Amino acid sequence: MLGFLIQRLIQAAVVMMLISALVFIGVFAVGNPIDVLISPDVTQQIRLDTIAAYGFDKPLWEQYLNFLDRLVHGNFGRSFVFNMPVLQLILSRLPATLELTVAAVVGAMVIGIPLGMYAGYRPDSPVTKTIMGLSILGFSVPTFWIGLVLIMTFAVHLGVLPAGGRGDTVAVLGVEWSFLTLNGLSHLFLPALNLSLFKLAMMIRLARAGTREIMLTDTIKFARATGQSEWTILRRHVLRQIAIPIVTVLGLEFGSTLAFAVVTETIFSWPGVGKLIIDSIQSLDRPVMVAYLMLVAFLFIVINFLVDIAYAALDPRLRTRRA
Amino acid sequence: MTALLEVKNLATHFFTRNGVVKAVDDVSFTLDTGEILGLVGESGSGKSMTGYSLLGLIDPPGRIVRGSIRLKGQELVGLPQRELRSLRGRRLAMVFQDPMTTLNPVLTIAEQIRLAIEAHERVSPAASRARAIDVLTRVGLPDADARLDSYPHQFSGGMRQRVAIAIALLNRPDLIIADEPTTALDVSIQAQILTEMKSLVRDLGTALIWISHDLAVVSAMASRILVMYAGRIVESGPTAAVLRTPQHPYTNGLLNSLPSRAAPGQELTQISGLPPSLATLPPGCAFHPRCPKADGVCQTPPDVTASGARGWRCHHPLHGEAA
Amino acid sequence: MDKATPLGRFWAEFRESHIATAALALILAVGTLALLAPWIAPQNPYDIGTLVLMDARRPPGHVGANGFVYWLGTDAQGRDLLSATMYGLRISVQIGVAAGFIAFVVGATLGATAAFVGGRIEMLVMRFIDLQLSFPAILLALVLSALLGQGKTQIVIALVTAQYAYFARTAHGAASAERAKDYVEAALSTPLPASRVIFRHILPNCLPPLIVVATVQVANSIALEATLSFLGLGLPVTEPSLGTLIANGFQYMLSGRYWISIYPGIALIVLIVAINLVGDQIRDQLNPRLKR
Repeated sequence: MLGFLIQRLIQAAVVMMLISALVFIGVFAVGNPIDVLISPDVTQQIRLDTIAAYGFDKPLWEQYLNFLDRLVHGNFGRSFVFNMPVLQLILSRLPATLELTVAAVVGAMVIGIPLGMYAGYRPDSPVTKTIMGLSILGFSVPTFWIGLVLIMTFAVHLGVLPAGGRGDTVAVLGVEWSFLTLNGLSHLFLPALNLSLFKLAMMIRLARAGTREIMLTDTIKFARATGQSEWTILRRHVLRQIAIPIVTVLGLEFGSTLAFAVVTETIFSWPGVGKLIIDSIQSLDRPVMVAYLMLVAFLFIVINFLVDIAYAALDPRLRTRRA
Repeated sequence: MTALLEVKNLATHFFTRNGVVKAVDDVSFTLDTGEILGLVGESGSGKSMTGYSLLGLIDPPGRIVRGSIRLKGQELVGLPQRELRSLRGRRLAMVFQDPMTTLNPVLTIAEQIRLAIEAHERVSPAASRARAIDVLTRVGLPDADARLDSYPHQFSGGMRQRVAIAIALLNRPDLIIADEPTTALDVSIQAQILTEMKSLVRDLGTALIWISHDLAVVSAMASRILVMYAGRIVESGPTAAVLRTPQHPYTNGLLNSLPSRAAPGQELTQISGLPPSLATLPPGCAFHPRCPKADGVCQTPPDVTASGARGWRCHHPLHGEAA
Repeated sequence: MDKATPLGRFWAEFRESHIATAALALILAVGTLALLAPWIAPQNPYDIGTLVLMDARRPPGHVGANGFVYWLGTDAQGRDLLSATMYGLRISVQIGVAAGFIAFVVGATLGATAAFVGGRIEMLVMRFIDLQLSFPAILLALVLSALLGQGKTQIVIALVTAQYAYFARTAHGAASAERAKDYVEAALSTPLPASRVIFRHILPNCLPPLIVVATVQVANSIALEATLSFLGLGLPVTEPSLGTLIANGFQYMLSGRYWISIYPGIALIVLIVAINLVGDQIRDQLNPRLKR
């Protein structure tokens, strides 16, 4: 097991290096690196000073090492628009996005898995057909559209939920969280629902396919032959087995959900990292863009790593083989 | 003395898109306490389906369309699922062919045994473990305590099957149905398991229905034998008598095709033709298209002729009316 | 269609599903509409000269200054929404199909060639593909779109880059399976060049799973392009795609002028759902594990 972990860690480190190299080439070698660091409206003297300070007149490989050095120290430059260190800026907005994403993923799991299992257990019932029909919609309809419809229905027509923004927050561990207040929850509900729908549809389809496949196996027949109830079978045999592909997908999709948060945050004016990146793109706040790329890549690698571990933890067959 | 099991005119049909498949058609037999009965037939003869029917494990689109199954006088056909479930694993048990697929790959042996016990009564983890060790030792699994926390894939095929047999024996059922339990195992292991099962059921007084396509295996185990073809029982009687003087041409064909019966250097005899599709059975006797003794009268279905302990379903028995 | 050929049988089974057939008919209808838009749309929404500013933000059914009926209302610039939606559909279909097709060709060739060549090159290429696949398409498309700027070509490039990896992986899987089969060995023992073997022998047998991926990816391309346009990247305002139209109408939703966003939105949804339904049916029919 330890060898497995170390192997994965090394792989993760290698990938990070690769991505940093790619970003470096893309930004510093191809583009004009100065534009990434200095706002276009500074004096010529400041430009020259910066060039010297960052060593843009040095050979490329030396610049790369400087770049890596800066990365490791968390120095991503300063945002043009907000005039504060980029890392700090991103970290201040991260909790909001995390809150939204976690709420969406948890919601998708808690609702999607039981629904999908039911659909797999009773494939021909009319309830199942409805569920599957709705899941196609959740799958196909673009997130931004659903967001619009949600706002229209709940905020405009019914007026029961707010149309945007984040609610009141409570500080826990030095970070502001909004789900701990009722007002915060009312603001969190619609965007989380919006973000979760795609994953929900995916969970339903996964759980259904897995359940259907497993219900036809001899394991279930044998369990029935021992007199175990259908409920026990679903809970202890089916759920345990479909957990494996679901966890894998969940892990990978967590990253994708984080990415899709960009759309949801824009529509609901949710002050998270996603909205930040869109605003930055539109205002050409390049340091933020670069930092966002790197941090997202890092996050993905971490997530992939965690999923690998979870996979090995859930499927005992993998443990002995790797060791 | 009432028999342990009385099956009368059992018929299990599958209502598929391509027609009605008569998997089991008019099967009748009795079984006494502690008796070992062999059920022989090729794939598609309906032998496994008969076994499933006894436990009520027929899934849609199939169902038992008529007939009666009486266990110690209690009628099983038409019994609500809840009551059937309380009988399964307690009074009736089943062992399947491939233990790799019957045991759940992601649960430990201890957990699976525990589920089988908890299906019928509440037990403490310690009590469940004690019973598990007891029953595993009884089936000849060495070092049972250490083995309990292993997973199925960590065992060899023979050991896995012993675990499955142990689970079947957990609640000391009156009847165990074994569906080709040794077919997937090495020949040497096969012999071991056969001997062990024979002594186990003798010690516990459990009746056993041994389903197999292998006449040699069945003849070693069973005191009485039923030969099935195309969903019907075509011959029945004490094993020794049936094998010595088979009445039905099909039984005769099966015996002659055994490699042990052929003289060295001689070609193996085969039964000509192929088994019929169970959706489109030939009229009258299902075997007549392949039978060397068939003639016009075989177009009408033959009735069961009983003579002493033997029975056959044929218009032209090989040894006339003599048993 | 002749039932004896594989295509004939496929079509016969396809027709059994009413939903899928209806969806297919819908796609064809939309496709025709999109193709003929410049000729049958009542107004050319790109021609600023034809827009009447006084008729801006009018509800559906409004009769305009010169007796022109705005069946679906107008948007903030006075564009007839019916025409704008038709043109928008046209762009969506164009980009979706173009991006899907190019991604198909690029990805499939890459995947099949990697499977064929084998060795370290195959390993490197597939590792790279796997890496890219673990990165969400939307982020990739977002970043590329931001870097490349607005425009049809740019967005197609962004979409292709985000999606070719799916085709590559599927093609690689199918081609690897085919590569191991005997007929490929036979073909390779002849003087035929390797490229010929790949294109004439291996690829055609890999088509079924690739077609399934293609339908999904075309639907994805359309949705992705709409999302990007909605966010302000993607296509310029002068060539509004459905996403741009929806974005334009967003601010008016809260004041009750729902039609500016709704109608383009409905058109978009219908198109995507129809493609997904057809794709689902094709996938179910081609899935060997579901053959009962």
